[in-house]
Amino acid sequence: MDRQFPSLHRLRRTAWIAFLVAPALIIMVTFVVVPIISALAFSLYDWRGLARGAFVGLENFRQVLFQEPFAGWTRNAFKHNVIVFVTIMVVQNATGFLLAYALFKEPFGYKFHRVSVFLPVVLSTVIVGFLWKLFLHPLFGLVNQVLVGVGLESLALPWLGDSRTALWALIFANAWHFVGFPTLIYLAGMQRISQDHIDAARLEGAGEWNMIRYVIWPLVAPSTTIIFVLTFIGSFNWFELPFIMAGLDGSPFGSTDVLGLYFYRTAFGNQSAGVQDFGKGSALAVLIFLVIVTVAALWTIYLRKREVEL
Amino acid sequence: MTTATTLPTGAEARGAAPIKLQPFLLQVLLIANSVLMLYPILVMVFSAFKDTGQIYDSPFSVPDFTNLVNFGKIITQTNFVTYLVNSFIVTGSAILLILTFGSMAAYGLARYQFRGNTILFLFFLSGLMVPLKLAIIPLFIQFKNLGILDTRLSLILLYTAMGLPSTIFIMTGFIRTLPQELEDAARIDGASELRIMTSIMLPLTRPAMIIAAIHNAVPTWNDFFFPLVFIQTDARKTLPQGLTTFMGEFNTDWGALFAGLTLSALPIVVVYIVLSRQFIAGMTSGALK
Repeated sequence: MDRQFPSLHRLRRTAWIAFLVAPALIIMVTFVVVPIISALAFSLYDWRGLARGAFVGLENFRQVLFQEPFAGWTRNAFKHNVIVFVTIMVVQNATGFLLAYALFKEPFGYKFHRVSVFLPVVLSTVIVGFLWKLFLHPLFGLVNQVLVGVGLESLALPWLGDSRTALWALIFANAWHFVGFPTLIYLAGMQRISQDHIDAARLEGAGEWNMIRYVIWPLVAPSTTIIFVLTFIGSFNWFELPFIMAGLDGSPFGSTDVLGLYFYRTAFGNQSAGVQDFGKGSALAVLIFLVIVTVAALWTIYLRKREVEL
Repeated sequence: MTTATTLPTGAEARGAAPIKLQPFLLQVLLIANSVLMLYPILVMVFSAFKDTGQIYDSPFSVPDFTNLVNFGKIITQTNFVTYLVNSFIVTGSAILLILTFGSMAAYGLARYQFRGNTILFLFFLSGLMVPLKLAIIPLFIQFKNLGILDTRLSLILLYTAMGLPSTIFIMTGFIRTLPQELEDAARIDGASELRIMTSIMLPLTRPAMIIAAIHNAVPTWNDFFFPLVFIQTDARKTLPQGLTTFMGEFNTDWGALFAGLTLSALPIVVVYIVLSRQFIAGMTSGALK
């Protein structure tokens, strides 16, 4: 006897299962699969506003990759995405690891600290962006008031107005917003380490540094993998924070321009450029998508191998 | 997902450590970080009770908490309340649809073996990492053709699609762990498949549903990108998008700006403080195996 379905007719069973999965399947196909595939198709056509023109093959790709001024803008934005990714990966996630380790030791008040480190994470990027835009105001912002207050007038710079510091100011705001996320992913990873491993290392007389280096760090490798991939996807989708804090043009002088802003400007136009170009916009979308998928896939494979080796 | 209660504290585990420097340093690190996290939020709230002059002159002082002028401006001179209601409608509807369709699909995938089961599960799973922002142009055209551009419905449908993969992932894993005996007993009693699902199995999945709901409610509530593209009419804007509108209007009135930020942050911060454990579990759940 079929243990699971003693009474059901085959047909009724099929209909029942179809009823269960169909709504989710239809919504996913309509609003995820079709748009993603369409983006690929759209990038191969010439567009006049909302109207699709002639098939142009890879022309849109050639323009955004090799023809000035588009190619220069693409390179500039891409470079900034790479800077953002590397900095976040190193600074924000290393801080997260340290904080997680501190919380893992469960010192006095760790429950409070766990709630506070995650508080900014639940806020909208719009709120965080505006908040830090006000705080980074050259004269009346909190940051420079504090710097002047402690006698560091020379450091009270126009952070968002200077093309040398603007991108770093945005990265700082991003780190403030999201450092709680890697912290709690790492914390969960550390809490899954079996106590035996830690005890064994203690018995062998491992100090704090060796404990982190040879026990904790290798054993949270799965957390590192997932943080790596999520950080990469997040960095190459960066849009809201620079949009709020630096504007659609990545001011000043394109020093905060990233692919997300450039893509949006190209697709929907802006005050200065005016025109919207769905063809080049789609080409950029496809390129960003390919970068994300390729790198995320390769790194997952590489890091999973590393997890095993460590 | 919950705190490990079995782990000894740092000091205990190390026994007779030569110096107690480590716990001290860790404590300093945590306190410094909490100050860095909370102080800006505190200043934001304080500034909401000050006028612009006070903010410029004494940014660190404790304000007069009975001065509600700035909040009055936000409530009466902007569409704040409309934006808030819209955010509730959009997030609420999306979560309802996500949980309904998500648990149905998860139940089908978890409790029945059929051809294509694994492929279907992997298909839903693949949606987890898709950056749907990049499909904004086709979505824009699609919504235009469907005649739902500039409606809350467009956002609800899109957020539902974005929330389904994680919900199916979380719920399938949970439903698989429910004992087969429950189902069999009900079947012997002659209960229909629908009844087994709705009255016996799904009520048991509440913890997973809460995780899935929070996992999707927070990004949906906070989203700015899709409203920015889809919604033009002011009366249909959600809170993050509406915030950009009135931040522009009050340009130099810093007191009102901080009041707007404070009011916008208030709902989610309050819920977070009450449900912080569920929030942390929910928001990190996609990233934990």
